[in-house]
Amino acid sequence: MTPDTKRLTRPIIAENPITLQILGICSALAVTTSLATALTMCVALTVVLSLANTSISLIRRHIPSSIRLIVQITIIASLVIVADQFLKAYAFEMSQRLSIFVGLIVTNCLVLGRAEGFAMHNPVWPSFLDGLGNGLGYSLILIIVGTIRELFGAGTLLGFVILPTVENGGWYQPLKLMLLAPSAFFIIGFLIWIIRSWRTEQVEQPQYRVRLEAEGGRR
Amino acid sequence: MADLNPLAWWRRFLALPNDSGVKTLGVALLVALVSATVVSVTAVTLKPLQLANLERQRQARMEAMIAALPGMADILREAGATSLETRLVDLDTGSFETAIDLADYDQRAAAFDPELSMTLPREVDVAGIGRRANLASVYILQRDEEIALIVLPVYGSGYQSTIYAYLALEADFNKVAALTVYEQGETPGLGSQVEDPAWQALWPGKEIADETGAIRISVVRGQAAGPHEVDGITGATRTMAGMTNMLHFWLGDHGFGPFLARLRSGEISP
Repeated sequence: MTPDTKRLTRPIIAENPITLQILGICSALAVTTSLATALTMCVALTVVLSLANTSISLIRRHIPSSIRLIVQITIIASLVIVADQFLKAYAFEMSQRLSIFVGLIVTNCLVLGRAEGFAMHNPVWPSFLDGLGNGLGYSLILIIVGTIRELFGAGTLLGFVILPTVENGGWYQPLKLMLLAPSAFFIIGFLIWIIRSWRTEQVEQPQYRVRLEAEGGRR
Repeated sequence: MADLNPLAWWRRFLALPNDSGVKTLGVALLVALVSATVVSVTAVTLKPLQLANLERQRQARMEAMIAALPGMADILREAGATSLETRLVDLDTGSFETAIDLADYDQRAAAFDPELSMTLPREVDVAGIGRRANLASVYILQRDEEIALIVLPVYGSGYQSTIYAYLALEADFNKVAALTVYEQGETPGLGSQVEDPAWQALWPGKEIADETGAIRISVVRGQAAGPHEVDGITGATRTMAGMTNMLHFWLGDHGFGPFLARLRSGEISP
């Protein structure tokens, strides 16, 4: 694998922003009640993240360190407004459903995290790929969570009936918990567990260990 | 002689140490300038599309409001109409204006045209709209030559946006048939609940004025009592005050007041 492809593919699972870095959780909870909103949010965030990384990397040598966060936030916020305007023009219904959450991409720590952590120190092309890769990693988790939540919470996928619910004369009793925010926490928690049992290198070292008495620990 | 070539200036600016004051200010200014340009250009370019979307939503809300009113669908069917009839009203005289073609009239644009609108003095401008067009459109539904329902478009300042709504009145021009908000930009989750159907469902049956004709309808904190009060939404005090104020303005002397009075007395008919 070339370094470039690696930069693009590593954030998808190996360094996934949500499951490994635990960034961008807020929106992962908020917009995943249905797959359609999750998908829209994925596209919006991936575009914003790639463009923000690219433009910040472009001017990285000239950003004074005293105002670097403000400069980064200004660029990110402008891109978010542009994305929001596009949604309002071309996907009006969807922007109504997402309401404030597109605007809140500004405060998504994932975007600022990649800008500060990667784009500030790397050339333009790798920064773009890093943004794209992280956007895709974020999207992967959102799509999984969105699919599970919509399927089991409402019995539909993208609005199409998959499991006919009792209310509509079917057999499926929908799990209303899936439509509430805590369920997203559970699903993300399970995803982290699954990924870390498969890729054990992701398991963090415990910060301290309880010593047993037999090892000379005190009661 | 000093070098006046802008490119050389640019190079010297870029070559400045990043922490120098000039460069810090310069970079901040340039980033702000470029960002502002990008945002403005996008907003202005996409404005027509967004307005078309809002217009579609406005029509959909209107149709939904009419469809939700009990018995309205039947009246529409009897009248053989699919939607309401739009008419223009001269707000100062309170009579129908027939000389102007509806298709040519844009009330929002007219509100900014000095010849077609009036500046509202501060003491009467409770809705906080500044100017008001002289002609306003209303939507009426007739049955047997009489008005069965009249829909008045109203708008006014909320907490952080202008709220646009339709107020539908029954044939006595006093009882609220429905209220629906079709455009607002209030705080999401708080003020934005004015669009919530559950809240709008509190309006039908309320009365706008008491026996003396004084406008009494208002949104109140806590428990609503009597036929003139509507329960407010918690956490949206300023939005609620905006709703009350805009209804008082539009139903008052500088709004549809004279028009409604003449309708009630039977002086004018559709």
